[in-house]
Amino acid sequence: MGMAIDRDDTQFHVLAVDDSLIDRKLIERLLKTSSFQVTAVDSGSKALEFLGLNNNDADDEEEYEQRDSNTESVSSDEDQDLGLGVNLIITDYCMPGMTGYDLLKKIKKSSSFKDIPVVIMSSENIPSRINRCLEDGAEEFFLKPVQLSDVNKLRPHLMKGRSKDIDSSHKTTSTRLITSGN
Amino acid sequence: MDLVQLQRQFVDYKTSLYHEGFLDEQFTQLQELQDENNPDFVVEVVSLFFEDSERLLNELARALEQQSIDYKRIDAHVHQLKGSSSSIGAQRVQKVCIAFRNYCEEQNVEGCLKCLQQVRHEYSLVKTKLESLFQLEQQILTAGGSIPIFSRVTKLLKGIYLLSSLSLYHIFSV
Repeated sequence: MGMAIDRDDTQFHVLAVDDSLIDRKLIERLLKTSSFQVTAVDSGSKALEFLGLNNNDADDEEEYEQRDSNTESVSSDEDQDLGLGVNLIITDYCMPGMTGYDLLKKIKKSSSFKDIPVVIMSSENIPSRINRCLEDGAEEFFLKPVQLSDVNKLRPHLMKGRSKDIDSSHKTTSTRLITSGN
Repeated sequence: MDLVQLQRQFVDYKTSLYHEGFLDEQFTQLQELQDENNPDFVVEVVSLFFEDSERLLNELARALEQQSIDYKRIDAHVHQLKGSSSSIGAQRVQKVCIAFRNYCEEQNVEGCLKCLQQVRHEYSLVKTKLESLFQLEQQILTAGGSIPIFSRVTKLLKGIYLLSSLSLYHIFSV
């Protein structure tokens, strides 16, 4: 009733960030098994690079906009529709250089990417760490090793982002359908 | 050895690895991610684990030989080893890593050296056992058989056991 899916939008694109090769391979397999398109990188800076945000842009977004006001409008929603765009970022917490938390902060500070859901993974169960990530904008926090049941929790966050394009009345219907389905 | 005997040997061997704590539920998860499109997934991940572990063990040995020990560096390596062993279900290796990290925090060199020895031992055990397991799988496949889906059998048995023990207590309760 509420959800008219006419384009092939079952293929959500997830950007996975983890410095461990084994964990990257694992998360990639978990995501692909759940029919997600995956790009896996080994650091926060590579993640930002992939998004088209270099380390400096995230901090002085305004300056960047003034310098080149045209690019900003072009790189927003259109990129995401092209499928090159990223629909969700899942990142390890403990990484050398930029931690997953640092990456989360940079993404939330970016006007182009702040609405992309970010999920954090960690092998350590530290409540203060978990709470800080969730308070600062992470949608979920998964304890490693990540399971298929964790990956299944991602879909509602992705559907929320996708239905943002549809008008608000449809959005409330589809959100209600998703939550009742769970 | 005929196919049925091979398959039985495989199931028995695999069961023992779980019972003895060499492997845990995470290894089962890895197998469930393997399919016709990714038939070598488990072997690939486990091979990565072997390479990674050997590198880390060498780094650890080197770090503990230094005049002035960098415990932060050692902890970082052990953290990595703990993570990867946890990711593949190598439970005994993971457990030693936990103890190892505690000694790092205490900056206890004796404890660290002991743990390095233990983790080397546990690693070499699990490596040998996994290689044997994969070899058995290959033998079964070469003989034209299929690998018994062990995890579903144990889950089913666990479920039946749980149900029957629950029913004894709850069926006649008011």
